[in-house]
Amino acid sequence: MKHFDVVVVGGGHAGCEAIHAACRYGLRAALVTLDKSKTGSMSCNPAIGGLGKGHLVREIDALDGIMGRAADVSGIQFRLLNRSKGPAVQGPRTQSDRELYLQAVQKILAKENFTEIEGEVTGLLSRDGCIDGVMLSDGTSVHSYTVILTAGTFMRGVIHIGDKRVSAGRMGEAAADHLSNQMEQLGATFGRLKTGTPPRLNGNTINWEVLESQPADDDPVMLSFLSQSPSVKQVSCGITHTNQNTHEIIQENLGKSAMYGGHIAGVGPRYCPSIEDKIIRFPDKQSHQIFLEPEGLTTNSIYPNGISTSLPETLQYQYVRSIVGLQNVEILQPGYAIEYDFMNPMGLTRDLETNLLDGLFLAGQINGTTGYEEAAAQGLVAAIGVAKKIKGVPNIKFDRSSSYIGVMIDDLTSRGASEPYRMFTSRAEFRLKLRADNADQRLTEQGWLSGCVSAVRYRAYSKKMERLVACKLVLSSMSVSPNEARSAGIDLGLDGRRRNGHELLAIPGVSVEHVADLEPSFSKSSKATKKQAACEAVYITYIERQRRDVEALAKDLGVEIPKNFNYSIVSGLSSEMISKLSAARPHSLGAAKNIEGVTPAALTAVLLGLKSLELKKAI
Amino acid sequence: MDAIFAQATASGRAGVSIIRLSGHQAFDIASKLCNIPTCGRLALRSIKDPNGDLIDRALVLCFDHGASFTGERVVEFHVHGGLATVSKLLAELSKSDGCRLALPGEFTRRALENGNLDLNQVEALSDLIEAETELQRKQAMQVLDGHFSEAGRIWKEKLLRAVALLEASIDFSDDEIPADLHIEVRSIVEATASSIMAVLERSVMASKIRQGFTVAIIGAPNVGKSTLLNSIAGRDVAITSDIAGTTRDVIEVRIDLNGLPVTFMDTAGLRETDDYIEKLGISMSYKRSEAADVRVFLVDSEEDELLISKEPGDIVVQSKADTRDVSGLAVSGKTGKGVSNLLKLVSKKLSPETMLDVAAIRERQVDGLKAANDCLSKTKVFLTQDPLPYELASQELYFACTQLDFVFGKIDIESILDEIFSSFCLGK
Repeated sequence: MKHFDVVVVGGGHAGCEAIHAACRYGLRAALVTLDKSKTGSMSCNPAIGGLGKGHLVREIDALDGIMGRAADVSGIQFRLLNRSKGPAVQGPRTQSDRELYLQAVQKILAKENFTEIEGEVTGLLSRDGCIDGVMLSDGTSVHSYTVILTAGTFMRGVIHIGDKRVSAGRMGEAAADHLSNQMEQLGATFGRLKTGTPPRLNGNTINWEVLESQPADDDPVMLSFLSQSPSVKQVSCGITHTNQNTHEIIQENLGKSAMYGGHIAGVGPRYCPSIEDKIIRFPDKQSHQIFLEPEGLTTNSIYPNGISTSLPETLQYQYVRSIVGLQNVEILQPGYAIEYDFMNPMGLTRDLETNLLDGLFLAGQINGTTGYEEAAAQGLVAAIGVAKKIKGVPNIKFDRSSSYIGVMIDDLTSRGASEPYRMFTSRAEFRLKLRADNADQRLTEQGWLSGCVSAVRYRAYSKKMERLVACKLVLSSMSVSPNEARSAGIDLGLDGRRRNGHELLAIPGVSVEHVADLEPSFSKSSKATKKQAACEAVYITYIERQRRDVEALAKDLGVEIPKNFNYSIVSGLSSEMISKLSAARPHSLGAAKNIEGVTPAALTAVLLGLKSLELKKAI
Repeated sequence: MDAIFAQATASGRAGVSIIRLSGHQAFDIASKLCNIPTCGRLALRSIKDPNGDLIDRALVLCFDHGASFTGERVVEFHVHGGLATVSKLLAELSKSDGCRLALPGEFTRRALENGNLDLNQVEALSDLIEAETELQRKQAMQVLDGHFSEAGRIWKEKLLRAVALLEASIDFSDDEIPADLHIEVRSIVEATASSIMAVLERSVMASKIRQGFTVAIIGAPNVGKSTLLNSIAGRDVAITSDIAGTTRDVIEVRIDLNGLPVTFMDTAGLRETDDYIEKLGISMSYKRSEAADVRVFLVDSEEDELLISKEPGDIVVQSKADTRDVSGLAVSGKTGKGVSNLLKLVSKKLSPETMLDVAAIRERQVDGLKAANDCLSKTKVFLTQDPLPYELASQELYFACTQLDFVFGKIDIESILDEIFSSFCLGK
């Protein structure tokens, strides 16, 4: 077999993005999966996007990744979350037909030139501290310069249903235990995390008549910048609630739950608790909402979002059937909890390369994250890292002030993960700037220069930018008096100040129509362009203020750090930062900034520390 | 890290001098000099040098890690206060490995580094050491005791709750989040803003108490200003004579007036003059008396024209009360007649209207709180808009928290998420 540039292990969301990006860079790549037919499958809930997560998908898409496109082709219920709130916190989301999603991913991958190998990876090959490929269970060696390991929940995966324990990576699929052992020998330390999934229900046995439903948006917002509209029929979800009876059944049988029966030691996510967790942690809450999400257009399988569990199957029947609309429901596959190994990502570089072996990259749940979107983004980052390493392609800068991907990479590598890490918009301190609507403006140009963005996408992006720039010029050239603004229906105090179009759009309640009334050449712009210009205008003053903060920080970068400065006294510095800074002993804040993995937050903390040191000297 | 030592009491001859040694290795170092007692027990020990020569028989007190001022292990030697005894012991300590004389303020710095004191408390400690009057002492003690930091902790805790509520409304809008969370946010923001405002309002007085008040004595030449100042000071600080224009410079006397630190200033008499030096003195008088907290106008009679305009709080008093019988407020610097009445009046004019309460004292604190309050005002405006711009309100609150960070230390995203997750059952 030929020698590869990169071998991607695992065909989940991280693996699929990684292999596709590797191909976009023209790397000689191989994908090793246990089961080819499952490449790109959605193993948990059948939805892509959401708050923070939709932002990640847009960023992946801006770099020509596949997740957004596959979600759009298979989307059966598009909803823009937070539609009534500002553009910075709106997150596109869709439920996808599980089968169509998998097909879409496989179809996109089939267009690329890479080697697909079906098999189980049982070991890593290495030479002189460098990765040299992987070993398969049949004894085959696959040689490569780099390996991206996306093992998901397969590393020492154990599935729990009540007191039943099965070693498995996903329901019905074998776990990968050898890899964990070998990596431990190389010096890796693993922690245990857990996640859960609800029982899948037979939709034909649900009494939909009595349930409320949640329809798709009338005006669907796509996940990919390249998509125009949904490809398939849009469907509604059902909504039901647990009740006192449900809670009593669970309360009485807690001891039989794997989680509370003492069978699971791993830490679960707080934002996606099992129904057992919900009842214990919020005993006063009378009922919990459940979304009944269709898993596809042609299947009768329903995903009841909100009741993941590790109770024994008979009890799952009991409590599910206590819920309105589900009295006669049939369970197609019981819910379960799964425990798996993750490696603390604090040891990784910002390209997600480990320090265990040169050229070994990790992406996805193995790094302590949860969620398809988080995994996919990491797959992409790792592949870019590989391309930089092998071909020396230009870097794509992922930092906190320019992308959610940057926020995630920064969080993972500088703070680690103590529970499964999920993206929220509140994690991004530059949230007003990092919007789903401008992900392309933040990343596509860099992706094009780096070599992972196709000419087709870059052309589409360039055209869009030409239109936007022209439209913004029109807005800048406007000069509207308060009286004129009032005549267009804008409620404005007569302060005598003339305003341009951006300033008008930033006033609460002012719409693009108001401004179009005042300026005919603005009204000629396309609807999408006008909307984009409006999104940007809303936050102008804030983005300007944040830019000044960043600039002020830049000024502070010249601040000198005393040679014997004691980092351990700086409040708010993680122990990782302390050891990094103490080892490197930078002479100035600017030099500290250039140290791999030192975050802006850490710099601010050091600056404050230096300032308080000055104060102390004055004592 | 080195162990550090220094004489904790003032240098010079004294009955007892205390030498303090701090560092994780303090017990080992002290053990070479004597048999150290159990932590917290004061015991009499023979302190000997390595040759076995007795240095002194002294009381020794040990504090364990976490139980001392610095947070490190500390040993105190209470030795006889002779200069030679102290320097012999200091010399012996400096011979120990990893042990050196402390830099100025280093014990306090270690207390800060180990989290035993926060920055506000460190500043207060320096104020306490500097305190000359009772009110200064009380005020510094209040901050040192953590009242100011406690107020900050409560504000931050409240704002953290407010941010968490807004963030929950944003990031979990698809979950079962109550729609009226902004009402709680509004009441938190309003309450916090008014509490910060109250602390700021007290800051002017607080900073005066820390830095001291000034009282200018002004009036025509030869009216008796210098004599009055000497009487207030209780000693001759200003030259007095019958020659008009004797005082040319501004002469200051700092006294403790019922706990208030007050500087009285004698100024050049105000008149037209061709004398160059006196002219400079007079212009200085104008300048300094303008900036004074209270001006005492010393006049020959109440009908005299005041040479600069009188402001509320200023006092007009007639001079040379010993030589004549006058009605109204009058003093004699010569005999001291009426001086205590005048001082009572000054003290009344300066006294804080409210009892001592938590206040921002330092400029750093005042600036931070003002900036935080500005952000809270903007947040309040957003919270009344419809539709509510959640992300902007949250951004302003975030700015407010950053400002408080400068005063009190940091709020972290993880603590916001903790608050969200402990308040709401999230996750579909």
